[in-house]
Amino acid sequence: MSNIASAFDLKFGGKRPPETPSNGKAFIPYLCCGDPDLETTAALVREMARQGADLIELGVPFSDPTAEGPVIQQASLRALQSGTTTDKIFNMVRELREDVKIPMVFMTYANVVFSYSSLSATPDGTEKFLSACEDIGMDGLILPDVPFEEKEDFDGACSAHGLDLISLIAPTSADRIARIARGARGFIYIVSSLGVTGVRKEITTDIASIVRNIRENSNIPCAVGFGISTPEQARTMSRAADGVIVGSAIVKLIAQHGRDSVRPVGEYVRSMKDALRG
Amino acid sequence: MTNPNGRFGVHGGQYIPETLMNAVIELEKAYNRYKDEPRFNAELTALLNDYAGRPSRLYFAKKMTEDLGGAKIYLKREDLNHTGAHKINNVLGQALLARKMGKTRLIAETGAGQHGVATATAAALMAMECVVFMGKEDIARQALNVYRMRLLGARVVSVDTGTGTLKDAVSEAFREWTSRIDDTHYCLGSVMGPHPFPTIVRDFQAVISKEIKEQVREREGRLPDAVLACVGGGSNAIGSFYHFIDEPGVALIGCEAAGRGVDTAETAATMTVGRLGIFHGMKSYFCQDEYGQIAPVYSISAGLDYPGVGPEHAWLHDTKRAQYVPVTDAEAVDAFEYLSRTEGIIPAIESAHALAHAMRIAPSMGKDKIIVVTLSGRGDKDCAAIARYRGEDLHE
Repeated sequence: MSNIASAFDLKFGGKRPPETPSNGKAFIPYLCCGDPDLETTAALVREMARQGADLIELGVPFSDPTAEGPVIQQASLRALQSGTTTDKIFNMVRELREDVKIPMVFMTYANVVFSYSSLSATPDGTEKFLSACEDIGMDGLILPDVPFEEKEDFDGACSAHGLDLISLIAPTSADRIARIARGARGFIYIVSSLGVTGVRKEITTDIASIVRNIRENSNIPCAVGFGISTPEQARTMSRAADGVIVGSAIVKLIAQHGRDSVRPVGEYVRSMKDALRG
Repeated sequence: MTNPNGRFGVHGGQYIPETLMNAVIELEKAYNRYKDEPRFNAELTALLNDYAGRPSRLYFAKKMTEDLGGAKIYLKREDLNHTGAHKINNVLGQALLARKMGKTRLIAETGAGQHGVATATAAALMAMECVVFMGKEDIARQALNVYRMRLLGARVVSVDTGTGTLKDAVSEAFREWTSRIDDTHYCLGSVMGPHPFPTIVRDFQAVISKEIKEQVREREGRLPDAVLACVGGGSNAIGSFYHFIDEPGVALIGCEAAGRGVDTAETAATMTVGRLGIFHGMKSYFCQDEYGQIAPVYSISAGLDYPGVGPEHAWLHDTKRAQYVPVTDAEAVDAFEYLSRTEGIIPAIESAHALAHAMRIAPSMGKDKIIVVTLSGRGDKDCAAIARYRGEDLHE
């Protein structure tokens, strides 16, 4: 059973996240594991948790991240160049879990899961990957290149290991929203804008109407991501949704400060969480 | 051959971001609506014949046949098409379809530059905007094609992420499509990517095997014994194979780029060294490491320098209906020079991979046997690179 509901102040058995959660709306930071190295990643995760992050997205770097903008592409490259592997990330998480109690999900690409730890011509990495996730205490998995139509490959196996496969809904989802929302688990990741990940000056998508559409079909918490970087944007986005996801803005700080990024990232996370406390 | 979800056996599918799902669904609906519509097909046939120069010739390579001393070798001359390669067959189809869908802008990836040139050509013809994504390495390898695209009014975007080759150009084209869907059609150049692309591109390229079948029957009164084509993503190969898939007497042989050899890391021979994986929208075979990281592949040929293969080829490989063989840089360059001297035809270095395998198998086949090799493109674009490969200081 995943612990994701706790990030949204949603007590077990509660129907949907409260309008004004006691701890404010959820703040969900993303970082790319191994950028610049795994020791720094571990320190960053602990600091984010200390500064009020409600759920953390741990990126497992992929060689060709097709849904990412330049900032996260470069982070993935740095991570792989520093020798980061899926197994080393699993070991890091196992250690982190001794003191980090908030929910954590992996964000990666289908092939990293499907082809994990296998050199056979027809791999069954999915089972091995998810079994390891359960073992180290992960709560879920986000695969941006696995839409509703293909989730069967991963959904059942995730459930069997107590993990939530997170569904994404985009500004172009339209008539697909109802179907996606009904089958969603953990939380719904609302993609705020067209295009790839990256900081944006302005977000014009009508998030409120997407959330209303989701609400007609599901009580699941909704978090908005893609393009959000400032506390003001976070506050605006959180009015309609239950949480806010920030990736590129944090990855930029890590790129800038490298091994010394723990303090600036911690301060940033605190400022974002403060903006969401309502 | 395709089931409703775009699967070829276990291969294929639609592994793409949610943002693009309605775009590929809309494309599939439009394709299903137009593919059998007489007016659409009349328009396309007119373009293929009057503009692109179809049907392409089937040429009996008499000197090559005599020199090798075995099977009769026919060359399917896709190199004689307008723009110099088979790519135009698919591009004219997709551009026409995009226009019917109300799209005003075409984007494309390109490796050797042939698909980029074809897309830029169709865009010029149909008054559409065109942006072509091309790896930084390939821009350096194929300078002439970059200029041709610009001359035709396209904007060429240099992609310097990853290995700066075809796979990175595909990734960047997908990223661009995700950010601009309303007016833009992604004119994918091979039988790869998410459904419905592998089916659409195959159908538009299947004209190659349709013509081969008719032309060999007319000349020889029977079907060929083997059809050979080079395979990167696999569009000219699937086009050459398609109408023979249900003819078990015809051997189908795909020739993939082994680079410096399949026992080195510098190879792009996906069927030989790859494993099942999920990338660029499809489940298929990919060159990758034990953690599913896509391998930085290599081939002298920019058009075959891709770490995956189209899902229908993966399925033809699984079912053993087609055979896939690796051909090294050195063998391809030898074949490139051989055809130039023997028949006075300079083949694309991609097509030279298929020729090289024909040169291997023809001598031991009987003189009554018939091989068809698809010359997917012409080799003008490769002359400078091959000269450099041979140690000449030639730059465009």
